[in-house]
Amino acid sequence: MALAVALVVVIITLLSGYFFWAHTWWFPIDISKHGGAIDRQFTLTLIITGIIFVLAQLALAYAVWRYRDRGDGRKARYSHGNNKLEATWTIAATVLFIGLTLMGYHIWAGIHFVGAAPGAMRVEVWGQQFAWYFRYPGPDGQFGPVHIGDKYDPATGKYIDDNKVDDATGNYLGLDRDHDAASKDDIVTATLAVPVNQQVELILRSKDVTHSFFVRELRLKQDLVPGMEIPIHFTATKTGRFEIACAELCGLGHYKMRAFFEVMTEPDYQKWLQNMAAAQ
Amino acid sequence: MASTVLTPTKPAKAGKPGGSGRGSGGFGPGGSGGGGGWEGYRVPSRTYRLGMWFGLGGIVMLFAAFTSAMVVRRGMSFDWASIAVPRILWLNTGVLLASSLTLELSRRALARRSATQFNRWLYATLVLGLAFLGGQLVAWRELASRGVYLATNPSSSFFYVLTAAHGLHLAGGIIALGYVVFRAGSMVRGLTRRTPLDVAAIYWHFMDGLWIYIFFLLTRWS
Amino acid sequence: MAEMQAEIVHRHEAPKAFIWKYIFSLDHKVIGIQYYLLALFSVFVGLTLSILMRIHLVWPQASIPLLDKVSPLGAPGGVISPEYYLSLLTLHGTIMVFFVLTTAPQGGFGNYFLPLQIGAEDMAFPRLNMLSFWTTFAGLAVLMATFFIHDGPPIGGWTSYPPLSAVGGAAGPGMAVGETLWVVSIAIFCVASMLGAINFIATTLDLRARGLSLMKLPLTCWAWFLTAILGLLSFAVLLAAGVLLLLDRTGGTSFFIPGGLLVSDKPILHSGGSPLLWQHLFWFFGHPEVYIAILPGMGVTSHVLSTFARKPIFGYRAMVYAMSAIGVLGFCVWGHHMFVSGMSPYSAFAFSVLTMAIAIPSAIKTFNWIGTLLGAKIRFSTPMLFSIGFVSLFVTGGLSGIFLGQPPLDIYFHDTYFVLAHFHMIMGVASIFGIFTATYFWFPKMFGRMMNETLGKIHFWITFVGVYAIFMPMHYLGLEGNPRRYAEFIDNFLLPLMSVHRFISIAAFITGAAQLIFLFNLIWSLFKGKKATENPWEATTLEWTVPSPPPFDNFAGKHPVIYHGAYEFSVPGAEKDYIMQNSPEEVAADH
Ligand code: HEM
Ligand SMILES: [Cu+2]
Ligand SMILES: [Cu+2]
Repeated sequence: MALAVALVVVIITLLSGYFFWAHTWWFPIDISKHGGAIDRQFTLTLIITGIIFVLAQLALAYAVWRYRDRGDGRKARYSHGNNKLEATWTIAATVLFIGLTLMGYHIWAGIHFVGAAPGAMRVEVWGQQFAWYFRYPGPDGQFGPVHIGDKYDPATGKYIDDNKVDDATGNYLGLDRDHDAASKDDIVTATLAVPVNQQVELILRSKDVTHSFFVRELRLKQDLVPGMEIPIHFTATKTGRFEIACAELCGLGHYKMRAFFEVMTEPDYQKWLQNMAAAQ
Repeated sequence: MASTVLTPTKPAKAGKPGGSGRGSGGFGPGGSGGGGGWEGYRVPSRTYRLGMWFGLGGIVMLFAAFTSAMVVRRGMSFDWASIAVPRILWLNTGVLLASSLTLELSRRALARRSATQFNRWLYATLVLGLAFLGGQLVAWRELASRGVYLATNPSSSFFYVLTAAHGLHLAGGIIALGYVVFRAGSMVRGLTRRTPLDVAAIYWHFMDGLWIYIFFLLTRWS
Repeated sequence: MAEMQAEIVHRHEAPKAFIWKYIFSLDHKVIGIQYYLLALFSVFVGLTLSILMRIHLVWPQASIPLLDKVSPLGAPGGVISPEYYLSLLTLHGTIMVFFVLTTAPQGGFGNYFLPLQIGAEDMAFPRLNMLSFWTTFAGLAVLMATFFIHDGPPIGGWTSYPPLSAVGGAAGPGMAVGETLWVVSIAIFCVASMLGAINFIATTLDLRARGLSLMKLPLTCWAWFLTAILGLLSFAVLLAAGVLLLLDRTGGTSFFIPGGLLVSDKPILHSGGSPLLWQHLFWFFGHPEVYIAILPGMGVTSHVLSTFARKPIFGYRAMVYAMSAIGVLGFCVWGHHMFVSGMSPYSAFAFSVLTMAIAIPSAIKTFNWIGTLLGAKIRFSTPMLFSIGFVSLFVTGGLSGIFLGQPPLDIYFHDTYFVLAHFHMIMGVASIFGIFTATYFWFPKMFGRMMNETLGKIHFWITFVGVYAIFMPMHYLGLEGNPRRYAEFIDNFLLPLMSVHRFISIAAFITGAAQLIFLFNLIWSLFKGKKATENPWEATTLEWTVPSPPPFDNFAGKHPVIYHGAYEFSVPGAEKDYIMQNSPEEVAADH
């Protein structure tokens, strides 16, 4: 029995570890400026936890096998522990775990503590039950106001019908192009396209419930919370077509809430944007 | 660390085998209902009080959660409109404070084994408690007559939530006191323990203090 | 103080009438078994739901017999629809977390064995105890009712994030009546757990036998005690959140619902609420909750490892401090569930450091368990196998937490199968292993018969290998970025992963089926098991000093006195290789 337990633990450990080692399943390519650091931090964490994993499981297997009851007269060792050992592994665990997270500080800070550069291109990302829309501000660089749902008037405590959303005419975001000057040149698309090697700031907004913007290759995920405008920035470094998935349960069609994310060369991007503007 | 000898952890029980036996106490009708030989089971009064103190810990967390929700909701909103709390709340506060006083008087009377005094103050407490709840209802009616309902404004939402949650808890206290009234006779005659009264008193005073806190929150904060 | 003493020492007997003896019993042992049966029912429901989910994920078109009878709408012709998948998911999670992992280890075994292990006749407040069980039962009944309403159970997941959970039927099937029932059920459950917790705390503090100082308590009792404190404080917060959510749904308030929403083309008449507020309140409860689920498992694992290793637990004090530290820190780390939620990134980082801090006591416990085995003389009975399995799973599940606790890595892993792997390993399966350990270990005491060892071992082998086969590959799916809570996989990048999903599903079917062996063993042993002696495992704690099963009043009117710590095994110079806690035997090396 002892041998069986030990062997099974060892086999499970080695097999589990093997697939990490062999990269049988692994991250997709990284196409972002900040992603490399995340991948390195992951690798570092994987090495450290991997060593602990293997050592702990092997120690367990060894102890189980080595100290089985062999039916001889030997008694177990009478010991209540060892304070030196306790102190050692407490300190070791503290240094390793806290150290790891501190080492990741600069990555997090780079993504979140500094805003986008002033010249960054801005795109609004809108989530709704089960579709994505993207809004480009157009030549004026301004996003016009949206008219979605009813507006609450704190003065009277009444709700005023303010809804201009109309899927039939393609006005998904409730823009009032006739009255709001800033809305006139806004471009609303179903695909997110950005030029390569340029910083992009996304402003995440939701029309209904919470969604989450997830592009694996960008190493980027951020919730879209209704009532909030959450900024997030990145720089894509490789061209290509990637998938956007929704990563926060948003209802029955959560699994099919997807869109494409395209990184283009600057000329391609300009051409694309013009086509989109023409189609509004 | 090396102690082989027994260390009695419960001096109260040391000379009292059977101190912990199945029994009745502050949490429900004693003796009845369960059937079987539960009469012999009784834990020390102290345990009931301890249980009550921890129960209050849970209630503190409940209201702490409401409070933090209120702080957050108020801090982030553009639509918060303070409401003037109904004047009658001051009166209610006085009534509730008085009830704590009468409850203490009744406990003193019980210690003196003065049945009439004990009953008088106990009933006074009950009446004051009910009067408080009635007063809270009046306050709600007043707000309603001003057109301020649960959903009118976040501040009114919190007003109703906090007062209702407190009122429900106080109603529980009234039921507990009702049980004490039911048991009063035998308590005075020393046939049953006064634990239910002691425990209910802790609860009652706590509800009193909790109300002061809520009142402060509602007048100063919302 | 004019306090009446109980002058006469009664030896009280059990009530005769069936209803008082078995239904509305005040006896902690009966209530413990009631909790256990409730959890057993729930776990098989939860398991069935997970099997249905795994079927749907790999064979979306499969028609499941009889399922259309349960839900003609959700599974027309027995084929699970994507929205019904989410209903199953929500109930699976809710049932498992609340009605299995919060009931069996604490309400079940805690109720039964805390009084026995501390030498008390019962819990401090038997009526309160009965009340908390029946309240829990009511909560379960309300939750189960969601299966039988028109549009089925809610689809909001066990975390029930608003606005999805707050805006009513417009948000999807099950989000009208179903979601309301869900909130009510959880609120009831909160009340029940708080009532139960008070009882555990008072009992542990006040009803210990003479000589049983806190530092002589079995680690199981420490675990139940700390769990009770966590439960008392955290369920109160969930209760508050539940009340507010219910008001948002039915009272027109706007605690969690912001303004200007348009759900299914329907303007939502709310304004100014904060979805993140719910997340904060929920996870303030939710993180302690995972410790509520796992602490009793840690306790019983420590207990059983020491007993079957025939060796004192390594670092008893360290274990107690570690569990206490976990209890305290457990309230300070809730933000690690919200790294990508839009919460302030500065607080995210603070939560990250605290999260790593809570990993330290967890690591300490693991090392102590392994330390207990070094130099031991291990007996491989089924309970021991499951507690060895617990340690292995705890290591695996704990280490993936080191990834998730780092915000930059959680950006990628949040809400992917990596998280699913992590929490199933550490909270789900590890706790279940704790329950199995406890069942095999204490069954003889509870029912007077041994469980069948052969069946037990077969159960262990399939389950241990099975859970690794199910949940280990989920890490790999997480690496590939596979989002969780997906009813179907249609994204291009998910299609190549279907073979992994198929593997997981098949492993799940086998593992699920193996649980029937356990059920069979349980029932069979109840009637046909070998008669158990008073102390079949040669353990040291007080429950093993009374007959199996124990008499109605536990110690037959006697009052045990404690002389020794809970884990005095293989003491040099002692007669046997264990010393009962209440044995007056003097030993030089005692400690
Ligand atoms: C054979 C055992 C089990 C299997 C095969 C299984 C399978 C699953 C699956 C397929 C999901 C849904 C994944 C998704 O679509 O996101 C899930 C979710 C979940 N499971 Fe399990 N599970 C098992 C045992 C457990 C146990 C023991 C627990 C106890 C904690 C548990 C708790 C949960 C929770 C909390 C969720 C999340 C529900 C949600 O997203 O709201 N599961 N499980
Ligand atoms: Cu979604
Ligand atoms: Cu957590």
